[in-house]
Amino acid sequence: MKRLIPVLITSIVGTVLVFSVFFPMAETWGEDFSLFFDIIAVFAFFLGGGNLVRVHLIKVLNKKGDWKFSIVTLIAFAITLTAGLFKFGSVDIAASVTAEGTWMQTIFNNIIAPLSSTMYALLAFFVASASYRAFRAKNREATILLIAAFIILLGRTPLGMFMTGWIPEWFSIAQIPNLAVWIMNGPNLAGQRAILIGVGLGVVAMSLRLILGMDRTYLGSDHD
Amino acid sequence: MTKQAILAGVILVVLLSAGAFGQDRPEAVVDSSNLTGAILPAPVTNIEAKNHKYDDGERIDLFWEKSVDDPDNIFGYKVYRIDKDGASELVRELLPGTTEYFDEEVENDVPYQYIVAVVGEAGEAPSEMTPEVMAAWEFFNFSKLNILILGFIVCGSVLFFISSAKSGKKLFIRKIGGLEALEEAVGRATEMGRPILFIPGILDLDDVQTLAAITILGKVSRVIADYDSKILMPVSRSLVMTSARETIKESYMSAGRPDGYNDNMVQYITDEQFGYVAAVNGIMVREKPATCLYLGAFFAESLILAETGNSIGAIQIAGTARPGQLPFFVAACDYTLIGEELFAASAYLSGDPKQLGSLKGQDIGKIVAMSAIILGTLAMTFASAWELGFMQSLLDILNSIFVTN
Repeated sequence: MKRLIPVLITSIVGTVLVFSVFFPMAETWGEDFSLFFDIIAVFAFFLGGGNLVRVHLIKVLNKKGDWKFSIVTLIAFAITLTAGLFKFGSVDIAASVTAEGTWMQTIFNNIIAPLSSTMYALLAFFVASASYRAFRAKNREATILLIAAFIILLGRTPLGMFMTGWIPEWFSIAQIPNLAVWIMNGPNLAGQRAILIGVGLGVVAMSLRLILGMDRTYLGSDHD
Repeated sequence: MTKQAILAGVILVVLLSAGAFGQDRPEAVVDSSNLTGAILPAPVTNIEAKNHKYDDGERIDLFWEKSVDDPDNIFGYKVYRIDKDGASELVRELLPGTTEYFDEEVENDVPYQYIVAVVGEAGEAPSEMTPEVMAAWEFFNFSKLNILILGFIVCGSVLFFISSAKSGKKLFIRKIGGLEALEEAVGRATEMGRPILFIPGILDLDDVQTLAAITILGKVSRVIADYDSKILMPVSRSLVMTSARETIKESYMSAGRPDGYNDNMVQYITDEQFGYVAAVNGIMVREKPATCLYLGAFFAESLILAETGNSIGAIQIAGTARPGQLPFFVAACDYTLIGEELFAASAYLSGDPKQLGSLKGQDIGKIVAMSAIILGTLAMTFASAWELGFMQSLLDILNSIFVTN
């Protein structure tokens, strides 16, 4: 019974969502089910927040490793939650929690956004180190990758045109910027579409397994 | 004298307008407050109102050709809806350049008429009134019939191969390196006495990639439970946390080790993308997991996670259906599940013939797609190079089969 009900819910919701694509009268049903999901997700926020507090509180109380960081987490959580719940800084209680002048907006603009940008900026260094490893010409495929990447890099900079701009118009495909465009719109796009076709078919097969109740691993076990 | 002349001009223009259109219009539609001597803009032409096909009767589509004074001498357009009692209602004001409006505030099977007025400095120049039109309810969306047929072919072939597998027929499934390496990766972590890190992407449970990740988690956590190893699973969504806990708990129970499970294996971090990445990177650097699994939907964080995992010397297996993130995983991880392999993982790892049959069924879909691509390429080439009519017809047929809107 513990597995039968979730499998039934999955089957019914999955079937209705498929029907909603083809039958206009069922179009809104799909949106209704999405709303149900949002409602459940809202309640799950309490679970997530509760878990966060519990884990870090236990860490602080037991003085486990790096417990001082947990204090920072708990304080940040409490301040942000209070600022959001009571809409401090807002002129009107009905105004948006992220309206100009609210504490939430201040916290976001001065703490969250710069910290997020810092993490994002790390990508520049990680791209360099990953490229270094990926572009080593250790076999035929890696060599092709290296050449293609080199053409794209040159093609996206003025250096590409500077190097090959002299090539006559009737053979302009050999100009590095044009070659870069061809690689992106030809082989690259073809590869991406092939992956997307595979993904589409994979989603269909997996959805069918879930709707038919054949794959119940997401419930923890395949067995009844 | 001048005022009288202007007033006479205005009256003349209004009368001429009414005479020219020759149909009944509600008085409210026509704004004759032209006291400045400016001339009314030219009205729109060829106005047409149609029932929107293949919907549940809640939309009427309105099309027109724009005024010749558009855009220099007009402020915009106003759309008026007139109901069966003759009452008009302004439903929308539109910018210059607009030639269509979709009215989604209509009732099913109720007749409506429309007027589109051009708004200029001198007032509003209304169009002809459209004939009566009704938003009609339709049972089936025939514009998606081709998708339904293709869906039946793919689903039918999946079901056919499932029943073939049930009857005991041996099916060939190619080996997937990333999935073959899963057990080895868990074994390595066990030998090293270090944990296994499992990241199920950053989207919620309503994303099919997250669902695929959870199904793989079921298999992986079963192996972890068997090996009595340790799993760390920081998540960015509360629902994923509850679902993952249930999955791991069941795996431990089915492995006969219910006491080995504890809730702290799955920990909610934050919904914030880079906050989550920062926390996961911290966990990686502190706990030094021997194996990192990134399976699900990833965005800019894919490379940050994979490179950090690389720096701590972990064996890394990634899988995502997002083509934009695949190159990063390929560059930084030991194994990568590309697109469909992520969705095939659960069936592949189960070894259950019924589930493996569903993978085989996908191949029919691939054959259809590949045949269409080859035929389409040839037809396009021949049709444009030699202008062969039957190739153009073939191309049109293929277009109608695979068009999705």
